[in-house]
Order: sequence, then C-alpha cells, then structure tokens
Amino acid sequence: MNRFNLSALSALLLFSSAAVAETVFVTLEKDNALAVVDPVDGKLIKTVPVGQRPRGIALSPDGKTLFIATSDEHTIKTFDAETLKQTGKLPSGEDPETFALSPDGKFMYVSNEDDSAVTVVDIAAKKAVHTIKVGVEPEGIAASPDNTWVVSASETTNMLHWIDNQSRSIVDNTLTDPRPRAVAFTADSKQLWATSEMAGTLTVFDVASRQAVQSVKFDVQGVSSDLIQPVGVVIDKDRRYGYVALGPANRIAVIDAQSFKVEKYLLVGQRVWNLAFSPDQKRLYTTNGVSNDISLIDLTDHKVSKSVAVGRYPWGVAVKP
Amino acid sequence: MKFLHYWRAMAGIVGRELLRFLHQRERFVSALVRPLVWLFVFAAGFRAALGVAIAPPYETYILYEVYITPGLIGMIQLFNGMQSSLSMVYDREMGSMRMLMVCPLPRWFLLVSKLIAGTAVSVLQAYAFLGIAWLYDIQAPAMGYVWILPALLLSGMMLGALGLLLSSFIKQLENFAGVMNFVIFPLFFMSTALYPLWKLKESSVVLYQLAQYNPFSQAVELIRFALYGQFNQPALLFTAAAFLLFISAAIVGYNPSKGMMVRKGGGE
Repeated sequence: MNRFNLSALSALLLFSSAAVAETVFVTLEKDNALAVVDPVDGKLIKTVPVGQRPRGIALSPDGKTLFIATSDEHTIKTFDAETLKQTGKLPSGEDPETFALSPDGKFMYVSNEDDSAVTVVDIAAKKAVHTIKVGVEPEGIAASPDNTWVVSASETTNMLHWIDNQSRSIVDNTLTDPRPRAVAFTADSKQLWATSEMAGTLTVFDVASRQAVQSVKFDVQGVSSDLIQPVGVVIDKDRRYGYVALGPANRIAVIDAQSFKVEKYLLVGQRVWNLAFSPDQKRLYTTNGVSNDISLIDLTDHKVSKSVAVGRYPWGVAVKP
Repeated sequence: MKFLHYWRAMAGIVGRELLRFLHQRERFVSALVRPLVWLFVFAAGFRAALGVAIAPPYETYILYEVYITPGLIGMIQLFNGMQSSLSMVYDREMGSMRMLMVCPLPRWFLLVSKLIAGTAVSVLQAYAFLGIAWLYDIQAPAMGYVWILPALLLSGMMLGALGLLLSSFIKQLENFAGVMNFVIFPLFFMSTALYPLWKLKESSVVLYQLAQYNPFSQAVELIRFALYGQFNQPALLFTAAAFLLFISAAIVGYNPSKGMMVRKGGGE
C-alpha cells in the first residue's frame, strides 16, 4: 500500500513537472563542464565534462544539437542535446567565445577576437565557408530572425559591423558607445539592441536606417557607476520588455521595450553576464560568474525566485524545451 | 455560566485594549514610525550589505530591506510587549489595576487576557507595517501573509509575557528607562533581527551563541520562516518554551503572597 502510494505520488510529481519540463544548460568556464539544471525544482541535475574553457553555448532551432565553444581547444563542439554525447567538432578559428546561429540553423557565425574576423561555418558540411574582416576584438554577434543581417560588435573599435547575409560582406559600420559587448535583434528584426560595457549604456538601433534611435543609461541606486557594466541582452517576442545583465552591479535591468524606461533592477548573483528565456518566455535565467550560480527570474511578476549553485564560473546559458 | 463569565472578562479586557489602540492614533502612528525609520533610513544605508550567502528561508539574493523586515516586525512586537508592561505599571500607579484585580476571576486568567489584548494590538500593527512594506516592494508570497498570523500570535504572547514579567519587577514608571537599556537594546541587537547568524559568527562566536539562544531571535526566525510559507520547528519550540517560562514567572510575580509584590510592599 505504502509503495503504491509512493509510486502514485512520484507519477503525480512527474506529471506535474512535465508541464514545464525544460532543461537549462550552463557552461562552466572554470570547471570545463556543462551543468544541467532542472529549473522547476531549482536543482542541479548533473555536470558533464565538455572540454577546456567552455563559454558560448546555443541550441539548434530543432532543439536536437547543442553547440559549445570550448575556447582553449579552439573549436566549437556539437553535442546531442538528449544524451549530451559529443557528436562532432566545427572549425571556429582561434579562441572562440561567442557565436550566433542563423535562424534556419544551417550556418554559424563565430567571432574571432584575435584575428578581428567573423567566421561563417556551414554546420552540415562542418566547414568554414567565409571569413569576414571586422574591427578589433569582435565579441557580440547576432543574426536577424528574418535572415537578412548578421551584426558583429567589435569591443575595441566600438563599432557595429552590419554584414549582409546574402553577399556575406559588410555594408555599413556604425559607431556605438565604448566597449560594446552583446547585440540582440527584436523578434520582428526591426531593432537591434547593443550593450556597452564601459559606458554603462544600452543603444537601440533602427535596422532599416542603421541609426541609433535610443540610448538608455543604467543607474542603480547605491551601486557605483563603474560597476555597472551591461553585457547580455534579450528582448521578449512581443517586445514588451527587454532585459540587460549589468555584470558586477549584480542586477538585471528590466526595460520597457516601448518607452525604453528602466522599470526595475532585480538583484541576482555576482557578475551576471548572460541571459536566456524559457521557451514560453515566462522565466529568465541568468549566469552569475563570480557567485557560481544561476538565478531564476519569474517574468510574470518580475521577481527573482531562486538562485541555484551550478559550479565554477558559469558563463553561457541555453534552454531546451 | 462560569464560562460566560470568563469570556466576558476577557472580551472586556481585549476590547478595552483595542479601543484604546484605535482611539490613540498617535500611538498607532508612533508604533509604525519606529520600524519604518529603520526600514527606509537604516536599511537603505546597508542595501547590499549582506554579501553572498543565501540562507534559508531565502532562496536567492535579497536586499537588506527584505532581510530586516521580519526583524522589524519582531521589533514592533517587542516594543508593544514592553509598552503594555509599561501600561501595567502606570495602571498600578493610577489605581485602575485595582479595579481589574478585584474581579473574582483567577489572577492568571486576567494576566493572560491582558496578554492576548496586547498581542492583538501588535498583530494589527505588524500587518499595517507589512502593508507599507508591500508598497515599498518588499513582497512575500501570498500564503506567507496567512502563515505569519499564528507565528505573530505566539511571538507576541512570548514578548508580552516577558513584558509582564518585567512589569512585576518595576516599581515605578521612571524605571522604564532601565528596561530600555537592559532589556530591549540587548534583546534587539543581540539577535538575528538585523544580521543573520552566519554574519555574526564571522565577527564573534560568543555573540553568535548569545544571539542563537536569545528568545527574541527565535521569535524573529519563526516570523521570518512563516512569512515565506516555511515552518521552523526549533524556533517554534524555543519560542513556546520561552512563553511558558515567562508567563509562569509573571504569574508568580503577580501573586501578592509569593511574588515580587511582597518585596514591593505587598502590592496595593
């Protein structure tokens, strides 16, 4: 009887957690591993070794393949998202850190910091098909959802390079605030949001004209301005809110994506860098590099619900539905 | 009929206290201003002071304001307990206590009624404070506001009993300053109201132990866990035990033939 009750209970638990059975993957820069987290229970499930200094991470649009940039091995590895077994390697150039996938999942755009270039990789052929010279130290990179643009931000040149995805060549360069770190397109591909680490700002560009239309300066009460170093940025699909990770300010800025007013600063762990939505966009996950955990933010009421220890130097985050 | 008699006496005492509370708007305001000053001024200065450990019942990083809110509720109840003890001394000096004491019911019952009356007032104050804190974006889960009620009742009774016990020692109103120095301040500052235990341990193990066994700490922890919908059994047992100890001692203290009343010249 007792056992029956127990199994009934566990079946119930399984069923209830199946409603939001997403998995969060976090690269651990210092542990050379990938942390697998169940965000519903707020628990670390396991840690899997993936290679030296894993940083950038992304899931293919079909959710089957996980791409992880193992910087010290100078390659981007592919893993089966179910079994987490390595399935291959992609040529990425030296020291890959960040990369972006094309919306159809066929190509990958890798920032090569040391070579001041963007490498275009054909994923199926496992080949680098193009190299595009950009400014010094390219870092942030994003492909527009309508597949027309790839934008690369160079940290030292303080420029955004607008690469036409058809011709794979730069058609425009725009200056932005000092040390741009991350770029993100809105879901309608009409805006590009770029964060600047040194200036402590977010700049919003109109994609059609490629001109800056808004600048948001972050200011957290009681936190000195040199600690406000915006990095990761995401915008929800309805463009109601955008979220920016403020690095050592240990905060996430919640921005009204229509009026560009900062509505709130949410306290998370130390040196927060990268962000990812849950598939239904009801939750946001942040990697906190110094406090070795990730924070789970409930987006229905904009509250941090939990922080989960994952391992040393969590860097990137990807969510599998 | 006996039961009705008891009930009427208790209703009278509690009713009088609540009425007094409602009519004394200044007292209500001043009881709220004290914790609010701590919240808006003191806590603002220490916004990010807690460092990086996440201790239960919290599951993520919190601002200092969030941390001290349960402590400030404890403060409301502590001052309320002391204030009702002060009013006992005052009642005794003014002679209105005689009226209460000639009532043909056991003295312990009258004292417990008085305690319930004081606790009811402190619960109202605590909820008013939580309401203002909510507007200040210090928000707990909805169920926490229900779970906190039994915690508030017990902690209020415990701190009220402590006040009663003290009032049996105090002969004159002027001695209340001594209560402030020797009871309220040590209880409040050597507790988990303002800083978590692990933070205290960093500086002094003695302080850590003092704070751990301070009944006020346990009451604050009981409130803190309840506010986040969690049950803290050790804190509950400790607070309940402290309540029983204080109330028994107070009842003895108020017994004219045995307690402190004899030393004070046999009561009135």
